[in-house]
Amino acid sequence: MTTLTRNASPAEHAVRRPLKRRGQSDLKIALFFIAPAMIGFLVFYLVPTLRGIYLSFTEYSILGDPAWIGTANYEAIAKDPLFWNALAVTSQYVLINIVLQTALALGLALLMHRVAKSTWIRGALLLPYLMANVIAALLWFWLLDYQIGIVNYFIESIGLPKVAFFGSEEWAIPTQALINTWRHMGYTALLLFAGLQSIPHHVYEVANLDGASPWQTFRKITVPLLRPVLVLVLIVTVIGSFQVFDTVAVTTLGGPVNASRVLQFYIYQKAFTESDFGYGSALAVILFVILALVAFIQMKFLKGNESDLD
Amino acid sequence: MKKKALTSLAAAAAAVLALSACGGGGSAEAGKGEINYWLWDANQLPAYKQCADDFHKANPDITVKVTQRGWDDYWGTLTNGFVAGTAPDVFTDHLGKYPEFIKNKQLLALDDAVKKDNIDTSIYNSGLADLWVGQDGKRYGLPKDWDTIALFYNTKLAADAGVTPEQMANLSWNPQDGGTYEKTIAHLTVDKNGKRGDEAGFDKNNVAVYGLGLNGSGSGQGQTEWSYLTGTTGWTHTDKNPWGKHFNYDDAKFQESIDWFAGLVDKGYMPKLETTVGASMADTFAAGKSVINANGSWMIGQYTGYKDVKVGIAPTPTGVDGKRASMYNGLADSIYAGTKKPDAAIKWVEYLGSAACQDVVAAKAVVFPAIKTSADKAVEAFKAKGVDVTPFSQQVKDGTTFLYPIADNAAKVDGIMKPAMDAVVSGKAKASSLTQANDQVNALFK
Repeated sequence: MTTLTRNASPAEHAVRRPLKRRGQSDLKIALFFIAPAMIGFLVFYLVPTLRGIYLSFTEYSILGDPAWIGTANYEAIAKDPLFWNALAVTSQYVLINIVLQTALALGLALLMHRVAKSTWIRGALLLPYLMANVIAALLWFWLLDYQIGIVNYFIESIGLPKVAFFGSEEWAIPTQALINTWRHMGYTALLLFAGLQSIPHHVYEVANLDGASPWQTFRKITVPLLRPVLVLVLIVTVIGSFQVFDTVAVTTLGGPVNASRVLQFYIYQKAFTESDFGYGSALAVILFVILALVAFIQMKFLKGNESDLD
Repeated sequence: MKKKALTSLAAAAAAVLALSACGGGGSAEAGKGEINYWLWDANQLPAYKQCADDFHKANPDITVKVTQRGWDDYWGTLTNGFVAGTAPDVFTDHLGKYPEFIKNKQLLALDDAVKKDNIDTSIYNSGLADLWVGQDGKRYGLPKDWDTIALFYNTKLAADAGVTPEQMANLSWNPQDGGTYEKTIAHLTVDKNGKRGDEAGFDKNNVAVYGLGLNGSGSGQGQTEWSYLTGTTGWTHTDKNPWGKHFNYDDAKFQESIDWFAGLVDKGYMPKLETTVGASMADTFAAGKSVINANGSWMIGQYTGYKDVKVGIAPTPTGVDGKRASMYNGLADSIYAGTKKPDAAIKWVEYLGSAACQDVVAAKAVVFPAIKTSADKAVEAFKAKGVDVTPFSQQVKDGTTFLYPIADNAAKVDGIMKPAMDAVVSGKAKASSLTQANDQVNALFK
């Protein structure tokens, strides 16, 4: 690492002056090219986020004007059992979803890398991901239906009691976590597969010559060298997982009782069903902070921005 | 290349100009042009399209565009329309929703028009017109139709059990032992071995056919689930209706009734709540998995429409006070306060509320129109289709109905009561737990 910087510095010095002069003349053109992304960022991300933060300090029913109420929304949230329930339910979902999804995706990526070299098979793994979330949720909603679902038909035909996959409190969240695992693991596997391909082949040859077992190779070479990609994938999937909404909205609507009232659905319920946009915004800000923290912790402790390949 | 870009730019500019010209033009003429009308029930769409055509013939300078949206999208789209100023000029309104619209000043009061055009509100079935008068004493809708509750039952399965239509029509209920209503439900229940619910050796964990179907926990209203029972005990949802300020879910009479209701699941006479997520109660009824379904009159078409399933309709059981009870809900047509064509919208609403349109709706035999004479015509139209709907209409004639609870904060009350009631009906909690939910609900009104 240090050698790299030392090597880079003189070169940088050498080109800095001409670069700077060119930089000014290119500014307009650069801005022109950045503009589409910049405008999109401002209009669709920055402004809504700032407005959301502002609304979280107000009482606002969408019809009428927001009224400033300070931190009252946040104080109410701290005492709101449904918020803590939502946090617990969401965490349970994220845990099941991420552990399974990452493990399965890693296995699939290894298979793609080593065994299934056919583009068709690799492409087939992506199929569930090409399906819209709502369609996937509806599909499984019917397959797993208690009364008319084919899965319960098979369960019953081998003599086991039927399972209310969406209707029972114990199953509601695991079922939905599994559905989304099924949908996303192909895509996650593809990302990891790309990471695997970037590991130089000679490292494996050396390991092979030294007589490393496949498990040792996986643990000592594949995992450490895959780490930056793995961390990126984890950050992206954890954030996505925390934001689970469509599956719940299509199937259980937060129920039974509060068993699947995940954070995003609770936000939706407060804002759009109960017209309490201030409270909903405050919940959304909290989710934003949680996600930022999670991403930061993952970056920091899993050293996602460093590679062992140097 | 440059020339081309310029021409396309000019074309785009022209298009923008044309568009803005369109937007500016219409507002001057409040009684002419096209008005938008929304409803959510697809079954009623043909009837109202016909009304719109007839209306256009009588008023050639007004065209009505009828749009149907499913219930789930309807209210969200409507609210968005209010915010964006693009809501329909006239829309079908619901008692559970309109208090919030009044509070946010989204509805046009109809009092002046009703006075000016001499609209006689006594032609509607009693009470319906008053439902649409807000706390401010102003009228925000003209009644279009009403609904009540009755028992749909599978006549073949009932006959197999030896239960006659006369018995079905004369059931009685009380919250202690459930009366003949529970006895009948028990007798109609059959387990996997063919044993009935009232026989020794009945296996309540392996039920093939349930005596009573379950739609859901009923949230705070229990419109089709349990309100026809609690309504006979003297219990009411709120301290007064409409515009109650205090809910009564802590009442002993209510909690006793709900415990009885939830107890049916435990006895094996009614399916578990967890099994009702997904396939609808009516569909499982059609599949022969339950014999009696308490449901609303808006479901008549669906229940009688299943092939190879013979359906009977019986009135809800008599209860604690010796009378029947049914929730009585009425829909109306309201006008969006931001409409650009208030005069045309009022004309259309008055037409919708007149016998001319409601007779057309009646003839289609899908719902009961609000006007008394039109409702009678609907009963006849149903009869012509071979369906006797008097169990629904009788409650209105006998005056045994009570109104759908109208109060502020409906969505928030629902947000509290849905999970609380789910917990009770799924057996996770006793009905006494509703006292706490009731405190939460009443805190909304402080």
